[in-house]
Amino acid sequence: MGVSGPDTIQRPPARARKAIVGAIRAAAQPIAEPVVAILLALLVGAVGITLCSGLLAGHKNFDVGLPAAAYLALLGGVASPDGIASTLNYSTPLILAGLGVGLGFKAGLFNIGGRGQFLFGTVGAMAVATAVGVSQSSYITVPLALLAGAAFGAAAGFIPGLLKATSGAHEVVTTIMLNYVFVFVTYWAISGPLSLPNAHQPITADVTNRNAALPIILGQDGHAGILLALVAVPIIWFLLYRTTLGFEIRSAGANPDAARYGGMRTNRLIVLTMSIAGLMSGLAGATVLMGVVHQIEPGYDTTVGFDAITVALLGRSNPVGILFSGLLLGAMRAGSQTMQVQAGVPAELVDALQAIILVFLVVNALRHWLDRRAARRGSTPAVDGGAAQAAEAVA
Amino acid sequence: MTDDALDASAPALEMRGITKRYPGVVANDHIDLDVCRGEIHALLGENGAGKTTLMNVLYGLARPDEGRILLDGRQIQIAGPSDAIARGISMVHQHFMLIPVLSVAENVILGAETMSNAVFVDRHEADKRIASLAARFGFDLDPDAKVGSLSVGQQQRVEILKALYRDARILVLDEPTAVLTPGETQEIFALLRRLAADGRSIVFISHKLYEVLEVADRITVIRRGRVIGERKPAETTEEELAELMVGREVELTVDRGESHVGEPVLRVEGLRVADDRHHEVVPGATFEIRAGEILGVAGVAGNGQDELVQALIGLRRCLGGKVTLLGRDVTGLSPRGLNEAGVGYVPGDRHRFGLILAFPVYDNLILTSYYRPPFARGLMRNDSAILESAAAQIERYDIRTPSARVLTSTLSGGNQQKVVVAREFDREVKLLILDQPTRGLDVGSIEFIHRQIIAKRDAGTAVLLVSAELDEVMEMSDRIVVMYRGRMVAELDGRTADKGDVGLLMATGGQAAATQKEAWA
Repeated sequence: MGVSGPDTIQRPPARARKAIVGAIRAAAQPIAEPVVAILLALLVGAVGITLCSGLLAGHKNFDVGLPAAAYLALLGGVASPDGIASTLNYSTPLILAGLGVGLGFKAGLFNIGGRGQFLFGTVGAMAVATAVGVSQSSYITVPLALLAGAAFGAAAGFIPGLLKATSGAHEVVTTIMLNYVFVFVTYWAISGPLSLPNAHQPITADVTNRNAALPIILGQDGHAGILLALVAVPIIWFLLYRTTLGFEIRSAGANPDAARYGGMRTNRLIVLTMSIAGLMSGLAGATVLMGVVHQIEPGYDTTVGFDAITVALLGRSNPVGILFSGLLLGAMRAGSQTMQVQAGVPAELVDALQAIILVFLVVNALRHWLDRRAARRGSTPAVDGGAAQAAEAVA
Repeated sequence: MTDDALDASAPALEMRGITKRYPGVVANDHIDLDVCRGEIHALLGENGAGKTTLMNVLYGLARPDEGRILLDGRQIQIAGPSDAIARGISMVHQHFMLIPVLSVAENVILGAETMSNAVFVDRHEADKRIASLAARFGFDLDPDAKVGSLSVGQQQRVEILKALYRDARILVLDEPTAVLTPGETQEIFALLRRLAADGRSIVFISHKLYEVLEVADRITVIRRGRVIGERKPAETTEEELAELMVGREVELTVDRGESHVGEPVLRVEGLRVADDRHHEVVPGATFEIRAGEILGVAGVAGNGQDELVQALIGLRRCLGGKVTLLGRDVTGLSPRGLNEAGVGYVPGDRHRFGLILAFPVYDNLILTSYYRPPFARGLMRNDSAILESAAAQIERYDIRTPSARVLTSTLSGGNQQKVVVAREFDREVKLLILDQPTRGLDVGSIEFIHRQIIAKRDAGTAVLLVSAELDEVMEMSDRIVVMYRGRMVAELDGRTADKGDVGLLMATGGQAAATQKEAWA
């Protein structure tokens, strides 16, 4: 930054330049970390691809051009009408569940129960489709099934929330354990109450036959669930930054002691936040059922619950950030098949990339957490007025 | 700096014309400072005056825009902290840079290990040096004790030992007493005097006037980045130093004036509270505060004051007894319930309870009233009302901040505290509970906050003031109760009480005062 003191009068061009630089910095600052994590992951992935091309059995030389070819194929797989529809289909549950996980993060809650909440939401939607789908038109069945998915997901989030609020049981432990519970609840549901009569295996009906399929709005299979995800982003943003509940959630996450002293009912907040997080994951489950898979088959499971954690971290728990990170991870999934076919690089590379991104993000988050903890241990931060004003000048 | 020879008559350290600019502010404006051998030189200034910046320049953490630094008369460039240490300049930060799981000796040698060979540390040699240093300067430290198990005062001595182990000739201490008890403060002063007698130079950064007068050989006062004056303790007074520091006449003791006492507001009867380890540290507190009076609670820290206050604001469960606010039983109410019943609270630990540092100033100004109109409209936040009110409070409470949107963590300690005070004083409260309201603040901020407390009292609020600073309790209170092992052992008139008597009661619980207790119970 410049070295001019407050008593030096700045000429307009200098001031304008400073303002522009300041604006760019302000815009770049929050996204710098995720972008660096993504670029580093792509770099590590490229190294990995090159090494595999030379070291694996049946390969003779290191193919230095392969990473570029793979990434281009990945991009090519996304950049077509069907690729875009597929990207959106993959992104929809990631954004929805990611918003839920991000909301939890804002409140200082680590919801790992996305898997169970997603599955229970799927069961809820299927239950409605099974129960009312034959007699009612899709105008009634679809909204009802979505609502049921949301409600079942919320119930699945409510349980760990209640456990934490009443007994202090940590949500990381309870949500992981509940994941297994809901996996088996799902198996029970498709082999019991939701099973298709006279089928050879435990399987549910097809939602298309129950007037519960989401309408296709884009390309061959781009379903309407994406609209839901796009609408959810501003809703969650509004909840966080424009309502008193959002203020409570953010306060409880940033400083639980101060929130409690400020008169916030933190136990109620925990239950509410976990329920909303579960609601979002349940909704994600419902959209996947009604828009993509259409029926619950034996062994049906999801990775959305865990992928949503990466999405939320990559989006820094900010709804708009989650929208973009959800789209990015969705695009990687959508393009992975094309990459496998065209460049011969396994589609699972995408899983690896996602994991590497997560590692970089977590390492950084850990560093911040340690810094904050160190700062908290001292009594007064050694920030003087100069630093305060410098910080404002940069912001 | 013309000659290469060591100039014995030159000061150990000279800083000439040091200027450091940050965007929008000149943190150091041509500061001159010289420190002689064997001298304790105090650097006095308000929070944000530029003391820390100057020392960061000396320690190589900040590069000055102008000016030079001379060590023993020879000009030097300091590239960074390790360079500074190599030149014999060491710094003891407010936040200790110690590793709790390592022993004292391990912490001391960390980064300056004496090696017996390329691989192994010569612990024997290191232990010998540590022992001889400790003996020479009278450190009372067990070299094998884990640092995490030491008291704050002992940890600070480890930091000093670390500096001595690195042959520090110039030792900078950044507000070393901020975290110490009065007893520990006296010990550290004695140690500093021994170090000075050994020919080492000490720069002592502080904003506490009486400390500076007590320990320093020379005092340099800086204000807004400039050197305002230099004094010898014998030739100056607290009043003069305060005026130099703040730039105007400061009332070190705010005139509390007459109090006009009204109806009882808070009545506490036989309140019993336990600490986190389930020890009943308050076995039965009984007192009353009336409208328009300040009740001061004096007591050595750890005599149940924290637990009592936490119980009164709903953060800690009451095991027994009764709390009545304006005739209404409020025992066991939640923080929100007490808040709505008219209790305001300024917590002792503003970073833990008082503020959310990661939030902007305007969010912190509504932390206890965010859900009420005009700040909330139904379930929505009313941001325009929040910002409008924040602007007014910043103005009225003289909170020095570039804007209400700045993160609270970037404000100085005094201004952070003013945010808490503004929030709690600016709403309709019947009872104000103030826990160490001026801890760590400079004289200007203390004066301001004391005035606000008096104003609140005169407006008919009942005030409970808990403070470890006996002077504060003595100067502000209309009535004083002394708390000893969780009991109110004495009550005195705030205007006539003798400081020595109160100190004795605090230390012993005052069997002699038992009769006085009967008189008011």
